[in-house]
Order: sequence, then C-alpha cells, then structure tokens
Amino acid sequence: MMKNDIILSGVGGQGILSIAAAIGLAAVDNNLYLKQSEVHGMSQRGGDVQSHLRLSDKPVASDLIPYGKADLVISVEPMESLRYLPWLSKNGWLVTNSVPFININDYPPVDEILNEIRKIKNHIILDADSIARDIGSARSGNIVMLGAASHWISMPYPGLEEAVRKLFKRKGEEIVEVNLKALKAGREYSKI
Amino acid sequence: MDKLLLLGDEAIARAAIDAGLSGMYAYPGTPSTEIMEYIQASGEASDRKIHRKWSSNEKTAMEAALGMSYAGKRAMVAMKHVGLNVAADSFINSAITGVNGGLIVVSADDPSMHSSQNEQDSRFYAKFAFIPCFEPTNQQEAYDMVFDAFELSEKYKVPVMLRITTRLAHSRASVKLIDKPVPEKKLTLPSDPLQFVLLPAIAKKRYRALLATYEKIRLDIRIEKYNHFRDGRKRDLGIITTGIAWNYLAENLNESMNDIPVLKISAYPFPNDLVREIAGRCKELLVLEEGYPLIEEGLRGLLDNGIKILGRLDGTVPRDGELNPYIVAKSLGLPASYGMDVPELVKTRPPSFCKGCGHSDMFNALIEAVKPFGPGHVFSDIGCYTLGALPPYNAINSCVDMGASVTMAIGAADAGLSPSVAVIGDSTFTHSGMTGLLDAVTKNSPVTIIISDNSTTGMTGGQESKATGRIEQICTGIGVEPEHIITIVPLRKNHEENVQTMSKEFRYNGVSVIIAARECIQTAARRKKAESSN
Repeated sequence: MMKNDIILSGVGGQGILSIAAAIGLAAVDNNLYLKQSEVHGMSQRGGDVQSHLRLSDKPVASDLIPYGKADLVISVEPMESLRYLPWLSKNGWLVTNSVPFININDYPPVDEILNEIRKIKNHIILDADSIARDIGSARSGNIVMLGAASHWISMPYPGLEEAVRKLFKRKGEEIVEVNLKALKAGREYSKI
Repeated sequence: MDKLLLLGDEAIARAAIDAGLSGMYAYPGTPSTEIMEYIQASGEASDRKIHRKWSSNEKTAMEAALGMSYAGKRAMVAMKHVGLNVAADSFINSAITGVNGGLIVVSADDPSMHSSQNEQDSRFYAKFAFIPCFEPTNQQEAYDMVFDAFELSEKYKVPVMLRITTRLAHSRASVKLIDKPVPEKKLTLPSDPLQFVLLPAIAKKRYRALLATYEKIRLDIRIEKYNHFRDGRKRDLGIITTGIAWNYLAENLNESMNDIPVLKISAYPFPNDLVREIAGRCKELLVLEEGYPLIEEGLRGLLDNGIKILGRLDGTVPRDGELNPYIVAKSLGLPASYGMDVPELVKTRPPSFCKGCGHSDMFNALIEAVKPFGPGHVFSDIGCYTLGALPPYNAINSCVDMGASVTMAIGAADAGLSPSVAVIGDSTFTHSGMTGLLDAVTKNSPVTIIISDNSTTGMTGGQESKATGRIEQICTGIGVEPEHIITIVPLRKNHEENVQTMSKEFRYNGVSVIIAARECIQTAARRKKAESSN
C-alpha cells in the first residue's frame, strides 16, 4: 500500500495552500485518494498555519495525520518547521525555507533555529527566497519549496509539473514558465 | 460521473445546487463561510439565479430561508454554531411551523475553539427542536446527505439539520457528483393557510404532531442508511462512533476493525434498537463523539447502572476539545506513535493585525485617550479587532457575542462606570449592535460607541458588509445626536486629533458614536486586483 503523509507549515498569509493545491491537483490526476485539511479563520491573520495532506492508493480515513506518521514536513518558515516535529516519523524528511518571518517580539535567534533543524536526521534547509529571486520571480518561493520536497512526494515529477501548469494557467504562459523553473530549481537544490 | 476535489463546506454547497436549491442564506462565520462562497462563485447558481446574498445575521438568514420554504422552494441556511444561538428563536419555532419546500439548516461546530468563543454541540439543538440531524463522516457523505435531507424535510414537513465540525468543513477530498441534478421546485403555497400561524391553539396541535413525527423519522430509511451496526467476533468491547470520530477509529484499527462490534451513527434520531443490539453483545461500550457526550449521557442515564460505558464522562476520552487519531488510540489502549517534542525555543505565534491595519491605529488612539481613567473601560466584540486584547495593545476588556460590546457598555454605565466605551466592527454593528444602540439612545446612556469601520466582514475573509456607506444614516435614524456622530480616519498622521476626539466624547454625558473609517487593507487589495483584471 502506498501512503504519503505530508504536513505543510508556515505563517498565515505566506500562501502554503498554493503548495497544497499543486499536490492535490497532481494527486487527482494520478488517481490517488486524497484528504487535505486546512486552517481557515483567525490564524490566517499572521498566526501559525498548517495543512495536513494525505495521499494513498487506498481510501484515507482520518483528515488529520497521526503523530509520528508524517513522511514529510514542508515548511516555508524555519521556526514553523519545528512546531510539527511531533508528527514527523523517525525516517521522515523535513524540508524548510531558511528565511524567517518575524512578526513576534520573542522570535528566537535564527542560528539557534537552524541548529535545531540540523539535529533532525533527514533535513534540507534552503533559501527559497533567494533561489526564487535568482530565477526572476520573487513570488515563487513556495513553488521552489515544492520542488525541493518533490523527491519525497510519492508521485512522478511530471505530474507535479503538470499541476503547476494547471495552477498558474489563468495567469498566462510567462507565469507558468517561471514557476516550472522555480519547481526545477528547488528540485535540483535538494538532489542527493 | 464527475468527481471534484471539495472541502466539506463545498461538498454541501455543490450538493445543494445539484439538489434543486432555490435560496441560500447565511452570515459569514468560521467554519461555515465557504458554503455560501461556493454558491456565490458558481456559474450554475448564477445561471439559475439561485438566491445567494449574505444576510445581516443568522436570524434574518434563518427566517428568509423559512420564507423561501413557505413558498414551496428548497432553501438552505448555513451558520457557525454560535450563529445558531442568534437564530435560535426562529430555528426552534420553524420545527413547530414545519416547512413547505425542503429546508436544511447547516450548523458548523468548532470543537477545540479554533476560531470561536465556545464549542457548543449543535446536535443538542436538533434534539431540542425535535428535528432530524445528519452528521457526515466525510465529504462524500456530506454531499449525499443533502439530497436525503431535502427529501426527508419535504416528506415529514420539518426542517433538517446538517451538523458538521471544523475538520470536515475545512478538509478537502474527492466527491462523486450525481449524474442528473434535481430540478428546482415551483412556487407553491402551503396547503394549510394556517400552517405558519403559531397562535397557541394552532401551535399546541402542531407541537403534538411534531412529537409524533419525530418518532416516525427514527425509522425512516434515509436515517437508517447512515447508521450501521457491524458485529465482530469479540465480545469484551463494543464501540459507538458519531460523525468523524469514525475516521479516527478506522485510522487506528485498520483490518482489526472487523473483529470489534462497531455502531457508526451519522443520523439522528437514531434507531434505539441498534444501540440495544450492540449493548447486548458487549461487556463494555466505548463512545467516541466529536462534541459533547450526547449519546454517552443517553446511554448512562441518570442511574448509570447498566453495562460499563467508557467515554468523555469517565475520562477515557478528554472531556473537552476535538478528537484526533492520538486521543482515539489512547482511548483504545493502543500504543500511539509520536515523533519528537517541539524544541523549547519555538515560540507561540498568535494571530495579529496585518501591517497597516486601521484597527491598530484606532486602538493606539483609544489606548492614549482612555489612559487617564485607568484600566477596565473598554467593551469589545467579535471580529479582527478582538486581537486588540493581545499585547502590545491590551486594549479591550470583553469579547462575548455579536453586539455585546454596546449593551455591556450600557449596563456598566448604568452601574456608574465612566467612561464606558464600546469597540465594535461595522459588520458586527449591523449584525446585532443597532438594537443596543437604540437602548442607549432611548435612555441617554453615557456611552461612547467606537465603530471600527473597515467596510468589510474581515475576519472571515472579507465578505461584503451591510454597513458600508450606511453607518452615519443608521446612527442618525436611531436617534444619536448628529453632533455626536463623528467620523475619524484611523491613520498614524491623525493620531493626536483622534485622541482628542475620543477624549472629548468620553466627557460627554450621553450617547456618542465615533466611526473610525478606513477600508481593510486585505479587502482593498482584493478589490484593486479585481478592478484591474476587469
């Protein structure tokens, strides 16, 4: 049985749901079962937000991932990536952006956060914002993150490319192309 | 057969469209908002001219839906759980009047209070009103139940509740749609012209009929088909689940589920026979309910001298909060997996005002103006501005229910508190603040009402506000003296002036309204984006 449990995390307003939407589209095209739980409401105003995404070739029961069962945490913010360690499985991967989003007074020193992340067996830390800027699309950081995590998403890579195409189709060919580039750049970064 | 990836809320909305809905009524409230939003965005709903405008509050929404039903057409009204308190008068009485066209009341509960003031369980309301209630386990069931709920509603002439919780409302899964949508009903008046006239003589008769109907509904196939008893060879423990608790059980038990007798309840009033059957086979019963222990209390009764019941009341399951796979594993005595602890350096990140939000400039002025009087003078309400309770503002002393800022300020002023200040949003003001303001005017209460007007219903995602462009007129119409209706613009550059305005009105021995008007920056951004793409 194939199952792929993914937690997406970040801060309200950072747009983690666009990552969720891309994976969701790809899952449907690949005839996988999917449940994706989102946070709407008060936390979207700059609070911590997460989405539980569950893919499987069998029907998915719980909308929530049990503790210790997530195969992958994708975080667009470094401190937020640590908030979901209770869910990460022993052999799971944590893929996080290194750029902090500081909207609280007691935000810890970034070095200390990165040191905590480095203690995790399987981790990837990348500056998705810079990678996105280098491509010429500062707003594509989330798609860079999706690309960086793509090695641990149980779906063929072309499926994710197709999903990105669909997701940005409305915004024109140029936006589609730059996001495909962002996806690829992220994937290249974390190649092992 | 089409398949769509839908939130639980969207599945309900899609089903309503496919089931011949003619009118959708709602006031925004997490986690119910997306039901109306889906219908508003639907091209089909637009082509069919399905009514899909927001109402001023849940009571007006409920009553308008009842009116649509009176005229013979299918109507749905959706609200968050506490919205049903606002609509309770019409909701309870709609069970006595009964319906003509099918009427579904969706109440979206928020156990664990992710975005709410309490975690009340709407199933009690359905029972209280003697109407049937569906509690879907997943998105597909949510879709399917809408069709059954409309049929049940029309067959027995009662409104039907659809009760969901946050996890289902805001979780996406693929949903199979029906092939042939149901056509809308034609305008048809009730056959009995007195059906909706609840004079005591009529109400008494209708109430007795309702009680009898409730027992008949228990045995209806549309209720029965969502309540399964599956026997297992084990005899020590049986399990009863309601709604999405089933999912967490299935997650934990996998194949071993087949060994255990399980009763899955998703529709009420449920057949008592099934409960007797499972209770008769097992030594102990574990009850897993997403919400209050409704079934558990019923099973125990006052004497609690039957078979051993495990659940929220004996501590097997936590007494409050939503369920999750971990809690259910623990309640089953199964080893629950756990990753790593969150490192200590991780700080909480509460929601906060957006950068450049007008509410924050309003609070900065208010804090300074009220400072000379010491703490404890500011009553507030439900909306983004409730975040004014958090540091660094610490600016408000209450948040109870929609509109309560105005009326609590009146009561505190009656007690001698001076100044007595209310901070309320524009949409909350037209939802339930206006009648309180009339109270203040008719007895000339010394209160200062600050309407923080961002021209939107912000917290729920920026829906239209009924107050936009009308607040001054409303306040004048209610009878506030025009020289004490003052509009300010909450911007940093106006800070000194705004502090002075507030200080001056605090000293006035009567009703003042200060309208702090600046559009929500999120709504403004969306509006500009929409305008530029047109």
